[in-house]
Amino acid sequence: MTAAAPVRPPLLDVHDLHAEVGGRALLRGVTLHVAPGELVGVIGPNGAGKTTLVRAVTGLLRHSAGMVRLDGVPLETQPGRERARTMAVVEQLPEAPATMLVRELVLIGRFPHLGLLGRESARDRAIAGQAMARAGCEALADRMLGTLSGGERRRAFIARALAQEPRLLLLDEPTAGLDASAQGEILQVVRTLADDGAGVLMVIHDLSLAAAWCDRLVLLHDGRVVAAGAPAEVVTAEHLARVYGPYVTLLAHPETGAPLVVPAVR
Amino acid sequence: MRARVRTLGPFAGATLLLAVVALLAVTQGTTAIPLSTALAMLLDRLPFISVAAEAPESWQRILFDVRLPRVAAAGVVGAALSYSGAAYQGVFRNPLADPFLLGVASGAALGASIAIVSPLPIDSYGFGWVPLFAFVGACIAVALVYALSRTGGLSNNATLVLAGVAISAIASGITSFMLLTGGPRTFPIFSFLFGGFNTASWPRLLMALPYFVVGAVIVLVQARALNVLQLDEEQAAHLGVDVTRTKIIVLAAASVMAAAAVAVAGVIGFVGLIVPHAVRMLSGNDYRRLLPLTAILGAAFVIAIDLVARRALAPQEVPVGIVTEILGAPFFLYLLRRGRGGSL
Repeated sequence: MTAAAPVRPPLLDVHDLHAEVGGRALLRGVTLHVAPGELVGVIGPNGAGKTTLVRAVTGLLRHSAGMVRLDGVPLETQPGRERARTMAVVEQLPEAPATMLVRELVLIGRFPHLGLLGRESARDRAIAGQAMARAGCEALADRMLGTLSGGERRRAFIARALAQEPRLLLLDEPTAGLDASAQGEILQVVRTLADDGAGVLMVIHDLSLAAAWCDRLVLLHDGRVVAAGAPAEVVTAEHLARVYGPYVTLLAHPETGAPLVVPAVR
Repeated sequence: MRARVRTLGPFAGATLLLAVVALLAVTQGTTAIPLSTALAMLLDRLPFISVAAEAPESWQRILFDVRLPRVAAAGVVGAALSYSGAAYQGVFRNPLADPFLLGVASGAALGASIAIVSPLPIDSYGFGWVPLFAFVGACIAVALVYALSRTGGLSNNATLVLAGVAISAIASGITSFMLLTGGPRTFPIFSFLFGGFNTASWPRLLMALPYFVVGAVIVLVQARALNVLQLDEEQAAHLGVDVTRTKIIVLAAASVMAAAAVAVAGVIGFVGLIVPHAVRMLSGNDYRRLLPLTAILGAAFVIAIDLVARRALAPQEVPVGIVTEILGAPFFLYLLRRGRGGSL
């Protein structure tokens, strides 16, 4: 049920987390952890509690029981700016003025590092430039957000998160609404970030992509962890039948043997 | 070097425009004072500078006791209303928010009406009870709106605006009732409702000045947080902004500025909407630049509008609030049509 303890101490340590909204229990005892250099995928059907988990872990939703530790420190004892220097979040549908330039957006990511009246220094601009390079949106620096495609926009917001210089990155559905090629490009960016040492927790709907790109997966259902561990251990016919019902089919990738999940065909 | 010019250029331009408009405004009137004479008289008043200005004694009084306080009041009120409008728009992330959104104008009007109807003496040229009551009325209205909209700790923007609409309606209703039943004694309320600077005086302006200065500094300290708030509130929270605290601080400071402006000059609409919008088109969305530029251009705008209000139908004066609507609205439409458009 639970994965083997990570070798390195976890950046994110979620223990027996409970959360409710309007009296309805949406998380009922979720335990997971993310270590540096690790890409962990959170999967599960609609309503399983994936986005609630992100909101609880980022402090937007106060949990009713359990514990969230960020780099060993309980989440609720940390001031917001300090937290933002450790953890960056990219929401599902982040907003920003359509006339804002990509480089302006990315520079806003430096906020938690600056004093209240401080101006961005040359160093801040350099860090924002590196963030755009890592997210693959350097060429878009002088474009207005309103003129970007879905994939380009996603890169811009990932760059904004990277400008925070976080050690932990939370991504809520970074590939939702993108074409197959843009999905692959975004996941390559995310994979490289983890390989370079960041801990990444990513909510993702697409089970095949999750299995192909993540180090570990956590399968949520009704606010509980149904399975956690290596992709091949989590994405199994038994788990799929239990959580998704009869409308999905499990195949194996012809070259890699990785799990491929497709909607049931009539 | 180039970047420096680009940063300071708009400020230099705006300040120059303000100086020209202000100079023009102090020279024009029933008694026109030649520009060179006015300039000499003004320079002569500065410390360590002595310029021989050949001017009759009456010009001294007209320039320094009548026109200069009026132009200064118009400038300060214009700056305060525009600045406060920019702050409101930042908090609500909506270019249509204006400083009267949460009840400042209607609360001030009710306060002023109570002072006018009450047996208190109406002294329009001194400190006066009317501005004091107007200021207190505006502050009470905004505090009520905030208290009523608080549900479960976090004030939601839509709830705030709706509470603002409701409190404004109640205050306006009571004001109208007092107008209808109060008889001729209530007529001064009209000049308050339309706004203007014909009662401007140094004491009244100096009394309001601290509120403007303190409010402006408090908002400016939050400028970086306002920049982050241009993204949605959740992203701002993820980036370490205490969203609720920032909103309360900025709205309270901006409301006090607007309340002081209304106390000095009555209700002058549209300025808080139009000036920040125009400045955004010129200089972009960085609040550290936007706020000071908005103050300078807001001052120039209202001084110019007041000049029109004094001279258009001279010797009769048109209330300034009416001029901002008749001239300001078409200018606003022009900006909307030629601007980047998409922002509304």
